[in-house]
Amino acid sequence: MNPLSIEFLVASAVGLLTAAGIYLILRRRTFPVILGLSLLTYGVNIFLFATGRLMVNAPPILNKYADVAYTDPLPQALVLTAIVISFGMTAVVVMIALAAYLSARDDLIDMPHHPEDEGEDA
Amino acid sequence: MSLFLIAALPFLGAVFPALLIRAGRNASASAAGLTTFLAFAGLLLHAPAIFRGEVIQVGVDWLPALGLNANFFLDGLGFLFASMILGIGLLIILYARFYLSREDPMGQFYTYLLLFQGAMVGITLSDNILLLLVFWELTSLSSFLLIGYWKHLPEGRQGARMALAVTGSGGLAMIGGMMILGNITGSYDLSVILQNKELIQASPLYLPALVLILVGCFTKSAQFPFHFWLPHAMAAPTPVSAYLHSATMVKAGIFLMARLWPVLAGTPEWFYIVATTGLVTMLLGAVIALFKDDLKALLAFSTVSHLGLITMLLGFGTKIAAVTAVFHIINHATFKAALFMSAGIVDHETHTRDINRLGGLRHLMPVTATIAIVAALSMAGIPPFNGFLSKEMMLEETVHTHWGSSAYLVPGLALLAALFSAAYSFRFIGHVFLGQPRNDYPAKPHDPGFGMWAGPALLMILVVLIGLFSATLVGPLVAIAAGAVIGGAELPYYSLKLWHGLTPALYMSGVAVAGGLLLLLLHRPLMAAWNAALRPEAKQIFDRLMRGLTKLSQLITDGLHNGAITRYAFVMMLFIIALSYYAYSSGTIQAPTRLAQTEGPIALIAWFCLIVATLAVVAKHRQRQLSLVLIGVVGLVVSLGFNYLSAPDLALTQLSVEVVTMILLLLALNFMPKDSPIESPLWVRLRDGGIAVIAGLGAATLIYMLMLRDFSMPSISEFHLANSYKGGGGTNVVNVILVDFRGYDTFGEIIVLGIAALVIYALTEAVLGTRVRAYLLNRKPDMPQAGDAHPMMMVVATRVMMPLALMVAAYIFFRGHNLPGGGFIAGLITAIALLMQYMASGFSWASERQRMFYHGTIGSGVLIAAATGLGSWFGGVPFLTSAFGYIHWPPLDEFEWATAALFDLGVFLAVVGAVLLALESLARFAWQPGISSEHAMDINPARDDLEQAQLQAQAPGKHPGLQAPGPHDPSTKGEV
Repeated sequence: MNPLSIEFLVASAVGLLTAAGIYLILRRRTFPVILGLSLLTYGVNIFLFATGRLMVNAPPILNKYADVAYTDPLPQALVLTAIVISFGMTAVVVMIALAAYLSARDDLIDMPHHPEDEGEDA
Repeated sequence: MSLFLIAALPFLGAVFPALLIRAGRNASASAAGLTTFLAFAGLLLHAPAIFRGEVIQVGVDWLPALGLNANFFLDGLGFLFASMILGIGLLIILYARFYLSREDPMGQFYTYLLLFQGAMVGITLSDNILLLLVFWELTSLSSFLLIGYWKHLPEGRQGARMALAVTGSGGLAMIGGMMILGNITGSYDLSVILQNKELIQASPLYLPALVLILVGCFTKSAQFPFHFWLPHAMAAPTPVSAYLHSATMVKAGIFLMARLWPVLAGTPEWFYIVATTGLVTMLLGAVIALFKDDLKALLAFSTVSHLGLITMLLGFGTKIAAVTAVFHIINHATFKAALFMSAGIVDHETHTRDINRLGGLRHLMPVTATIAIVAALSMAGIPPFNGFLSKEMMLEETVHTHWGSSAYLVPGLALLAALFSAAYSFRFIGHVFLGQPRNDYPAKPHDPGFGMWAGPALLMILVVLIGLFSATLVGPLVAIAAGAVIGGAELPYYSLKLWHGLTPALYMSGVAVAGGLLLLLLHRPLMAAWNAALRPEAKQIFDRLMRGLTKLSQLITDGLHNGAITRYAFVMMLFIIALSYYAYSSGTIQAPTRLAQTEGPIALIAWFCLIVATLAVVAKHRQRQLSLVLIGVVGLVVSLGFNYLSAPDLALTQLSVEVVTMILLLLALNFMPKDSPIESPLWVRLRDGGIAVIAGLGAATLIYMLMLRDFSMPSISEFHLANSYKGGGGTNVVNVILVDFRGYDTFGEIIVLGIAALVIYALTEAVLGTRVRAYLLNRKPDMPQAGDAHPMMMVVATRVMMPLALMVAAYIFFRGHNLPGGGFIAGLITAIALLMQYMASGFSWASERQRMFYHGTIGSGVLIAAATGLGSWFGGVPFLTSAFGYIHWPPLDEFEWATAALFDLGVFLAVVGAVLLALESLARFAWQPGISSEHAMDINPARDDLEQAQLQAQAPGKHPGLQAPGPHDPSTKGEV
């Protein structure tokens, strides 16, 4: 294992982002959980991206004039949509967190437990 | 008329009553009536062919892989039921027009009724049992709506729920049975299944299939012990009871038993289950009916009893019994629908259905009395009405039937049931219509208008005519329907006539009538004894069962789902780790096939930044603003990394998303606490840290191993690289994948993005509609505010940059097909350019000047993308196939056009709209009245002089600078 290889750097970054993301997701306030989700998203996106294997200086832009190597375009397309969708998801989650905080003045993610009044429909 | 159309007409027509109710109740009723009439006429057009013995079939493959095909067929049995459903439906529609009062929403009623009618017709015409199941469930649902039509009545709601619970669970059982049946024969088409009697009956799964299907039929047709829901469904308006509970829905179970009779009947299992259930139900229903004081309850239990009779006949498994069953189905539908409608008239006019409060109505409502008495005599089995004929044939059959070794059990019990049946019919006549008129009716009774009694009168005429001329009138119908029931085998000898000679059945009939009269005379003491007796009350048992089930499911739900999201996340992580460990320990690892690539110092520095920033986010996550800055560093390094690793498109996207996300989070943080308190004890944090480290190590190892090995299977990426230019006309393969190869995914994605933005908008609307708005308006900022909310430097800078930014966006957009860029990135850049205006000049200023309606932007984006996709249909190619070409206009360089660019425009618009709608919604939380700077950046020194001059003129002698609140007053609160 060469600690200076790109593969090692990327893999360790994925591992750290995943770990940090999971740790923050397990916190009890909305804001750290959102941060954790963001970190986990980075981790997952890089993971997906790296499944195409890593190449330097080989963007998947076809070169009409020379026969050159290209990196795998498919994970890139997947990750591109994943980035945009995760923005949408983050926005919704942030909004829900904000609305919940403003309505209840409390940003704990665990719901207070009320025994539901089981109303027998008469 | 095509069978498709007949089955579809009620569903299509269901829209109109609800719409036309605005034009009046007559319009609504006419629409419903016309729809039904059209379908009925279409059905009758097939009559000649059906009577010639033909079977009409149509079908299209719907989901052939599942064996689910939209196949319909019409034979004698289907024709009989469909004509009953549509014919009586027509009468019911007429009757309901006059029955429902002004307060009742009539449009809704007819819509539900037509939905129900369509579902019923669908059942009778289906050739595919999966399709039949779909219609079967639809009848359960639509009858739920009809029974609960009077929402204000608790009995109506409870009755509807009970009916749905019972028939719905029966339907579930039937799905199982049908699946087994389909598996045995290898086809879900009825016409195939019906040919495979030996195969089915020899199968070891015959009994389970039989039981499951019968549970479905028995629940639907209210057979013992599932009979209890039917009387409770009587809380529905009478037209519903007359329709659903006499002629149609409860006959669906009977229909299915008849339909599957050729393959399921004839075995001892069939006989003992079906005939016994029918016999018990017939007797039980008849006995209970005698002791019901509510007119509709009496009729309901009588219906239960008659359904039992038909079930028993089908259960006998002989051909002649099947013929009798078909004949009784016709007779029961005519007299029972007439009786229900008469009972409804009595209820409508006297305002009571309690038999104890009625009597002597013969004098006050002669028309209704005639109809009801004739129908009730038919129900009692009195000649010359039609009920007599089929009851005679039924009794005749029981005489020839042995149960076990006993020859007397079946005829004896059937006789007893007939006796009780006669008794309750006589009671219905005697205690309601005969006797002296009373003077204490809740309302003064009189005959209703023609519209209301026309339907039952027509049915009464049928009752008489079928009784007198049965062979001519319904003989052919019985023949073709019974022929279909017994599966095309030759019909046995029978004759539909009043006088069969002195048969045992005739003696039995005589005993039943005499006994019935005797019971009526003894009714008072019998009733007292009945009331004193201990009886299990079905509704209480049902309610207790339901309460128990509700408690149980609540217990399970509360146990698993206690609202602690942290716990869910924790359990989920543990589970994923366990799964991964299982995958790891059960797999093998090949030797590496790729060499790791060494790297220079720059990548190392970036990596170092990322690691430090990530660790710092975790360490400093309690200081929320600081952690936002740190996470920005992470995002930046990730973007740079993408760029370095040959993914320029990703780098651009990540970078612009990063900006938007930061703005979003900052906006939200403005209203939230700036710190997180320490809440979890140390051991919890250590535990979570442990989980996180294990997961992180797992992910890192997995991807590291992956990156050092080649694909185990050839990748489809090669195809994309090879065809991107040839097929998609672009050299940026990632963009071509997005807008062409996988355009459908992208299309779905922009819809999701649009939905997310709309959710955010709706949430904002909802939250700002509550007292949150007051809180926001009165809220004191918890952080020091900027001296100037809209500093001039920033205002100037953003306005200068705006056209530049838009230009860049346009450039990125247009080059996207061939070079890094495209609709997503251009959309994000445009959104950022506009957001900068909001930030610099203020929300009010910006929203006054922007002409874009973001909802519309999202919508037009999606529509443009869809239209581009649909456009390829005109070229005769599949959805979203792109076309492209090259144009050369001198002196410009050659350039390319591609429909994919149009699709990308849709993506662009959707992204712009979604991002701006989301952030604008969030910004509205910050809005406060009167904070917009009056002249956000009009740099006009002359105005300052002018204002000062005015102020000086107003307040001479005072220093102007101290009291003039200028446009840049530090007290103006910050926004956006």
